Formats: sequence, structure tokens, C-alpha cells
Amino acid sequence: MAGNPRFEQKIVRAVLWTMTGATILILLFIVAFILRRGLPEVSLEFLTRNPENMGVEGGIFPTIVGTLALTLMAIAIATPLGVGTAIYLTEYTWENRLTRIIRFGADCLAGIPSILFGLFGFILFVTKLKLGWSILSGGLTLSFMILPTIIRTSEEAIRSVPAAYREVSASLGCTKWQTVTRVVLPSALPGITTGVILSIGRSIGETAAVIFTAGSSLHIPTSLFSSSRTMAVHFYILAREGISMPNAYGTAAVLVATILMINIVSYYLMHRFTRKYS
Amino acid sequence: MTRLERNDRLIRLGLLMIAFSAVSILIVITLFIFSEGTPIIFKYGPGRFLFGLDWYPSEKTFGLLPMIVGSFFVTAGALLVGVPLGLACAIVLTQFASKRVGRILKPVIELLAGIPSVVYGFIGIVVIVPLIRENLGGPGLSVLAASLVLGVMILPTVISISIDAFQAVPPSYREGSIALGATVWQTIRMVMFPAARSGIVAAVILGMGRAIGETMAVIMIAGNAAAIPGSPLAPVRTLTSNIALEMGYASGEHREALFATGVILFVIIMALNILANRTSARRKR
Repeated sequence: MAGNPRFEQKIVRAVLWTMTGATILILLFIVAFILRRGLPEVSLEFLTRNPENMGVEGGIFPTIVGTLALTLMAIAIATPLGVGTAIYLTEYTWENRLTRIIRFGADCLAGIPSILFGLFGFILFVTKLKLGWSILSGGLTLSFMILPTIIRTSEEAIRSVPAAYREVSASLGCTKWQTVTRVVLPSALPGITTGVILSIGRSIGETAAVIFTAGSSLHIPTSLFSSSRTMAVHFYILAREGISMPNAYGTAAVLVATILMINIVSYYLMHRFTRKYS
Repeated sequence: MTRLERNDRLIRLGLLMIAFSAVSILIVITLFIFSEGTPIIFKYGPGRFLFGLDWYPSEKTFGLLPMIVGSFFVTAGALLVGVPLGLACAIVLTQFASKRVGRILKPVIELLAGIPSVVYGFIGIVVIVPLIRENLGGPGLSVLAASLVLGVMILPTVISISIDAFQAVPPSYREGSIALGATVWQTIRMVMFPAARSGIVAAVILGMGRAIGETMAVIMIAGNAAAIPGSPLAPVRTLTSNIALEMGYASGEHREALFATGVILFVIIMALNILANRTSARRKR
């Protein structure tokens, strides 16, 4: 084999392509498996009815409301913080020790497992601040978790705005802040939106951080202080405790279909955005 | 100083404070987990926590060794599955595939990252676990099942970071090697790999971090017995599942012991983060 590099390359190439093909097949299998078994369980009634008998029968309406509430809350907190950080890093400073610390902090935060966010949220929000299992506790915890993603994607989006835009704006006598809000941010908006959408996907799928902070009440949440069960938590409880396999498949299908759509939308946006500036 | 200039100063200060949000959150999380978890470690002695073989919270025996070993086994298994597959994908996408094929395959692979971990766990229960139980014996809920599922779950991390590593190699390296008559594979093996090595190492380290930190999927498929597994087919409990399984009903010292588990997990993860940060910093230089 060593004697014939072209032959060796053919073999290696075949092996590597097979492995890549296997990876893609695994992904397609997961998505197809869940959708094929789960979608037949999903109906308008399933989406709009309350669960009965702990989820053995009935629909998943409260968990959809809970997921939406938690996700909105997390995005509403994390987006201003993340975009603000990105603006500071790109427009108001240069690479120095301070920016290295900020980036290192964000990287470490991104690496912390969700169960530790759950532990932290439980001890700080649920017990110490006495917010209880609530949308507020869960939303705050989730917002901390998605912050690094929003920082990184916004930073990339802002950096890809051509320098000429800023120079023209400055030459017209605009202040830094006017340049940022009226020139840089509007141009970077699609890129920032992509990051936010990806974070929405992550919030929807999160379980470990949410189950200990938002609880698992099956009632429709009425305020920020009510406990609420998300779709992912509902699915976990149905599957793990073997409450109802058909409903577990149905919930999983809704979850996977939502995340699939979110990913496709964000990919489409990202694609248009990068094409615009390259 | 005009009004606008003064405003700009205030805005800069405000943004600087916001920019520290991630760092402050990290510090607050560290403080809380350590302040809740370390007192009990020192009350019973770090040695008994780290090397104790028995976990009987009701009898105040808190040995975490089975969970530490469990996390290690499961993570090693995940790396055995995920690193070869991930590197293969990264090489194919950056070196062999045409631009058009790459543009289609990359987002498809990135989709793997979006699938919630509970869904992976569920696939593990309904597909992998029965497969292992029927063909290899044992309860099916095992180190092997957890390794296989985690191996797939770390793929997006391994793939995207090693793709970055390959793309960071200057194109002239590759072109020079091809011009000297080397085949693409020889170029990958002898030029690209050494040049991208630190990035690939970072990819493996971060993949490791993901595997150690994963919780819900592991709870669903690993069997969760708090004993050191004797074979790949034996059930296993990881540090993360130890926390998540018992958090719901624990109180008093039991709860503190779960926070102590969190402290150990936290220290491992931070060590990996710092290691990955160092390796990629070296690459940039």
C-alpha cells in the first residue's frame, strides 16, 4: 500500500466518505424515526387540549404555552446583554487584556453543562431569592445559558459589516453611537437575528436547566411566578416514567419539527446575510 | 464637552458594564456552587468524597468514585465513537468534497447540534438499548449505550471546531504540497494534520467537555447504578446523572453532597475549558 500513494488515497477516500455518509444517515434516521412515529399522533386537538390524567390522555397545550413563555423571557434578557457585549467588543475597544477576559468568560460560560445552570438557578432563584419554581426563575437561568451564543454570533455579524460603512458615517459627523445604532446595527441585523433564532432553538430543547428552575406543573401559567412545564420536560417525563408512549412520540415530533424549522430559517437568513457581504 | 460627547462617554461606560455580564454570571455561578458544595466536602474529608466507593445518602455515606469513574468511562467511549467520525466528516468537508456538496452537507450536520438531548436519550431507549440487550446481553442500559449516543452527540462540536482548524491552515501549505506531487491524502496526513494539530486537540477537548456535561440523555440510557461498571454492558451512573436523579427530593446534607458533585464536575469542566483555550491560543500565535 505504501508503494502506491494513489491506491492508498482511493481507499482512504472511500473510508472517509463512508464515515461521513454514516454520520448523515444517523441524523436522517433520528429525524425520520421521530417524525414518522410521532406525527400521526399530532392533531389540532393534541396541540390545543389540556393533558388529562398526568399526560396519559389529552394534549400538550400548557406545555406549548410554557415553552413559549420561558423562551421569550430568556431571549428578552439575553439579547440586549449579548448584543451590548458584542458592540463593546467590536466598536468600542481594541484587543487587550480586558477583551481577552470577557471572551474567556463567555467561552467558559458556553462550556458549563446545563445541569450546573440548573443547580445554580435552583439555589439562587428558586430558594435564595424565593421566586419558587417559576417562569421567572427558568427564564433567567436559560438566558444565562444562551448568552454566550448570542455574544458570539452578534460579534461575528457586526464584524462582517464593511469598515467603509463606519468611515462614511464618521466622515458625515456622526458620533460613535449614532454610527452604531443607525449604520452598523441595521446592517448586522440579519446576522444577529440568526444567533437569536439559534438560541430560541436551544431554549426550546433544554431540559436539565429548566426542570429544576421552572418545575413541572401541568397548569397553564398565569403569571411570571407560576410554575410551568416545557415541551421538552413533558416529553422527558412521559418517556422516562413510561406514562404514555403515543403522547411521548407526539410531543417529540412537535419538538423536533419546531427545531427543524428554526434551524432551516436561521440557515436561510445566515446564507443571505453572508452572500450580501462577500 | 458637548452634550453628544458626554452621552457617548456614558454609553461607552454602560456598554462596558454590559460586556462584563458574561464574566459576572460566571463568577456568581462559581461562587454559589462552591459555597453550597465545598463545606460538606471538608466536613467528611475530600479523600472520602473522591475515593469513597459507596453512595448511600440516607446513611450519610457519600463516596463519589463510582460516578467519577462512570463519567470517565462514558466519556472515553464517546470519544472513541465521536472523534474518528467527526474527523472523517471534517476532512471530507474541507478536503475532498466539492464546494457545492460541502454547502449542502455542512448545515445538515449542524442540525445534529440542534436536536435536544432528551430526543437523543429517547432514541437510545427505544432503539439502541433493546438492540444491545438482545444481541449482546445484559440489561441494555449500559456504558456501551451511553457511549454510542454521546459519541453522536459530541459530533457537531468535534466537526465544527476541526473544520475551523483545517480552514485556518494557509492555503499555500496545501498548494505547495500538491505542487510537489503529493496526493491529497499525503497532503492531509503530512501537511494539514500537523498544521491543524492544536485545533484538532481543542476539538477533542471540547467534545470531551460536552460528553462529561451531558445529563438528560445519559440518565435515560445509562442505567444509573451507583457502582463501578465491570464491563461495557454494565449500567453506570455519571456525575451529572447523580445530581439530576436525586435533586428532586434531596434535602439537608444529601443536597449539599449533590452540590459537592457539582463542584467536582465544575472543576473538571473548567480545567478542560482552560486547556482548550490554551491550545487554541498557541495556534493563533
